[in-house]
Amino acid sequence: MEKFSGKIWVLGDDIDTDIIIPTEYLALKTVKDMTPYAFSPLRPELAARIKEGDIIVAGKNFGCGSSREQAPEIIKALGIKCVIAKSFARIFFRNAINNGLLLIENETLRDAVCEGDKITVTINEAIEHKGIQYPITSLPENLVEIIKAGGLVKAMQKLNNSKG
Amino acid sequence: MGSTIIEKIVGNNVGKNVKPGDIVTVNVDRVMIHDIFIPFVASKFEEMGFQKLWDADKAVLIYDHLVPASQIDDTRHFKVGNAFVEKYGMKNIHRSDGICHQLMTEAGYVKPGNIVFGTDSHTTTYGCVGAFSSGIGYTEMASILGTGTLWIRVPETIKVNISGKLPGNVMAKDIILKLIGDLGADGATYKALEFTGDTVENMSVASRMSMSNMAIEAGAKCALFTPDEKTAEYCGIELTDKEKDLVGDADAEYCQVINYKAEDFVPVMACPSNVDNVKPVSELEGTEIDQVFIGSCTNGRLEDLMAAAEILKGKKVASFVKLIVTPASRKIYREAVENGTMAVLAEAGAIITHPSCGLCCGRTGGILTDGERVVATNNRNFLGRMGTSKVEIYLASPKSAAACAVSGKIVMP
Amino acid sequence: MGMTMAEKIIAAAAGASEVKAGDIHTVELDRLMSNDGTTHLTIDMYNQLKEPRIADVNKLVWIVDHNVPCDSVKTAASHKKMRDFAKEHGIRFYEGAGVCHQVMMENHVTSGELIFGADSHTCAYGAVGAFGTGVGCTDYLYAMVTGKSWLLVPETLRFNLKGKLKEGVYARDLILSIIGMIGANGANYMAMEFGGEGLKTLNMSDRIAVCNLCVEAGAKTALMEVDEITLDYLKAHGREPKHCFASDDDAVFAHTYEIDLSTIKPIVAKPHFVDSVVDAKECVGTHIDEAFLGSCNNGRIEDLRVGAELIKGKKVHSLVRFLVVPASAEVYRQALSEGIIDTFMEAGAIVMNPNCSVCWGSCQGVIGENEVLISTGTRNFKGRAGHKDSFVYLASAATVTASAIKGEIATADMI
Repeated sequence: MEKFSGKIWVLGDDIDTDIIIPTEYLALKTVKDMTPYAFSPLRPELAARIKEGDIIVAGKNFGCGSSREQAPEIIKALGIKCVIAKSFARIFFRNAINNGLLLIENETLRDAVCEGDKITVTINEAIEHKGIQYPITSLPENLVEIIKAGGLVKAMQKLNNSKG
Repeated sequence: MGSTIIEKIVGNNVGKNVKPGDIVTVNVDRVMIHDIFIPFVASKFEEMGFQKLWDADKAVLIYDHLVPASQIDDTRHFKVGNAFVEKYGMKNIHRSDGICHQLMTEAGYVKPGNIVFGTDSHTTTYGCVGAFSSGIGYTEMASILGTGTLWIRVPETIKVNISGKLPGNVMAKDIILKLIGDLGADGATYKALEFTGDTVENMSVASRMSMSNMAIEAGAKCALFTPDEKTAEYCGIELTDKEKDLVGDADAEYCQVINYKAEDFVPVMACPSNVDNVKPVSELEGTEIDQVFIGSCTNGRLEDLMAAAEILKGKKVASFVKLIVTPASRKIYREAVENGTMAVLAEAGAIITHPSCGLCCGRTGGILTDGERVVATNNRNFLGRMGTSKVEIYLASPKSAAACAVSGKIVMP
Repeated sequence: MGMTMAEKIIAAAAGASEVKAGDIHTVELDRLMSNDGTTHLTIDMYNQLKEPRIADVNKLVWIVDHNVPCDSVKTAASHKKMRDFAKEHGIRFYEGAGVCHQVMMENHVTSGELIFGADSHTCAYGAVGAFGTGVGCTDYLYAMVTGKSWLLVPETLRFNLKGKLKEGVYARDLILSIIGMIGANGANYMAMEFGGEGLKTLNMSDRIAVCNLCVEAGAKTALMEVDEITLDYLKAHGREPKHCFASDDDAVFAHTYEIDLSTIKPIVAKPHFVDSVVDAKECVGTHIDEAFLGSCNNGRIEDLRVGAELIKGKKVHSLVRFLVVPASAEVYRQALSEGIIDTFMEAGAIVMNPNCSVCWGSCQGVIGENEVLISTGTRNFKGRAGHKDSFVYLASAATVTASAIKGEIATADMI
């Protein structure tokens, strides 16, 4: 099973899509143009400090608010390997899966960690932090299919190609 | 065993009984795309390799977030949208007629029992006419445009029963804010809300719209009202038996039932910076404000403007306070001109803008700065939504908002 | 020796019996207008003064009109600074009431006054025979603190108007034609004075349109002889004239032009200069993306009536964004009551709240790369309305509305 480790950034409850990317920047041409403004209303310094392979650990209702798909895309573009939260908002959850951003739900990890800690994730099995294992539930099959294909765009491409 | 409204809508669509937790693929009746996301939808659609729309009549494109353009790059979205419309033969396009969620029901695109998806979280609005509607991202929208289908998980339902007569200073907005406060911002995540009781039966479709619109703020997938005579009149249709049957059965299974007595409601506001941070207006009285915004897909309808005008009639907006009014659609604007509401608002000193998302989406229309406070009738008060992160946003009903505009501070309507 | 109108106003403001062009005088100002374009800068400088004071707060009028409602955190901060200062010092303050010059004309300006405005189009006030001139924020600050300033007495270009504009030709065509004739610097440092029998055929809205645009020929100010039309306008707005000046018969003019109004034709000023004027017919068929009816130059009720009459029962072209922006709240209310707002809404126009709008490329209706705007605004400089590579044509309300219907530049007779 795939396994990776990373440094964590810790956020609170209800991290909404306007915090992840304010509307003001939504009409910028590319997701890359938008990344410097990620999380800017809450933590303007954060986007510049996130490094490839880092992990976000947050409280409940992560990604609540708008349907803007730039939210998961930007998090992915910043190099974030996965987001672990107590719970995710519905639209954000779908958007993340469709873009191949890994999301993990865990109720207890958030309150046990400090920013800057290192954690290790074994997909569909567990998260390890300071020797403690936090179990992960696995995703429904239809979502695994989309992730396996590499996101919804690739899944559709496959469908259209098979139609000839 | 009986079914909830959402179970009936999905069941009718897929041709078999469904229960919460089932994952099914539905045939989509209508989709809505707005200006912010059309470039992304268009590029994903082509990247996926589709050659044509599954059904050009079923897609609606609406320019509302960027009308009129406030930044130099905004018009690029119109260009991309116009080219997409031309290339794929779309007919349903609105370039400056108002906010997408208002137009979808007002212009007759959505009917009871329909399944509708939109590239905007407040797509839950169409539950006001008994349609299952929900927000999705642009990648999924692109795939629907090609296939006409989407997988969904049938949600559990929370039933909200309200009975009795509302106090005169309470509006539907106060009810939905109170409910969000009680449920919490994630209290209905993945779930459907179903509203019943004589209070909602007596409500206008416009009021129901304010409530279904904000269901997403409790995380809900959709929010449904049973179609009735008012719905039929609003939609300009006769209800079929199937549509009349979109009512939660007595023996349907609900994951939660919430009962309210209408008489217990009081005017409330959602305080900074979360929609579920709800407090009675009486506890906030005296707080000084800098701006008031009446508008949005939540509360920019004729009854909202009229409620505000009733309070503002013969009065002036407080000195050094701005009142910005943005009607939800061109039709509403014209009706408000026709019945004299606009003249009352203009006389009171309101700044009346063209129908669009305006300030609610935080790109223009009354942006604020550090230390400023705004009372607004829209649906979100997130940090930085209307300017800097040091702007305080209070969400309120149009009556409360109008009363605050006159006083220059938070007061009871 | 006789004096011109400009000389008489300056002489009165300087307390001198006679002044002549080229003299420099210290003058007492009657009124000081500033808007959200630069007031925040004035306040910053004011706060750095050792002993800041305002000579006469009653002379100050501050107007937020360029970015209303606010389009960014930056403008919100600048407005707040202005609002807080006005509140603290008791300065007359407008926000959302309309474009500054229109608000000034409706509420403050009177004949014979000498007015500084921190905006180039302050010369509009000449429509009632007031000497209005645009200044920078440093000049403005000095006047605000001392109540005075220095002024070089300008030479005057005199325009004798005769005859009458033909049906379908407007004051805007007249002033664009004059600017085309004398050039964008044809009146540098000078006053442009209008008189003659032809003036009597121009209503107050026409006069404001003419004077307002004189700065586009470089003029320091514009002045029109005070007559019954002026006095009626002032009376209707509850004001009395301060002085009713007219140039003496033996006043010295740098040049005198004779203009026969009946020879004026519909005009278009092409990108990117106001004096790049051609017969509107020469531009017919030019593709447009947006049309704008509004501004301090052409957003009055008379202009909206012209547009509304033309578009009533017709539709804006589906690919054109037609912005209609009344010049003031008073104009908006009047247009509401006359059914004009509804006519535009029915036709598919975008009707915005009174403000400067796309005339200066602010928050409403900015145009993108390679886009084309036809506008009743004041300027067509490169990039003025949005992207640096975009194009602005200036024309009358009639031509702009006709173009909005056609989707390309068209004249009213084609509708």
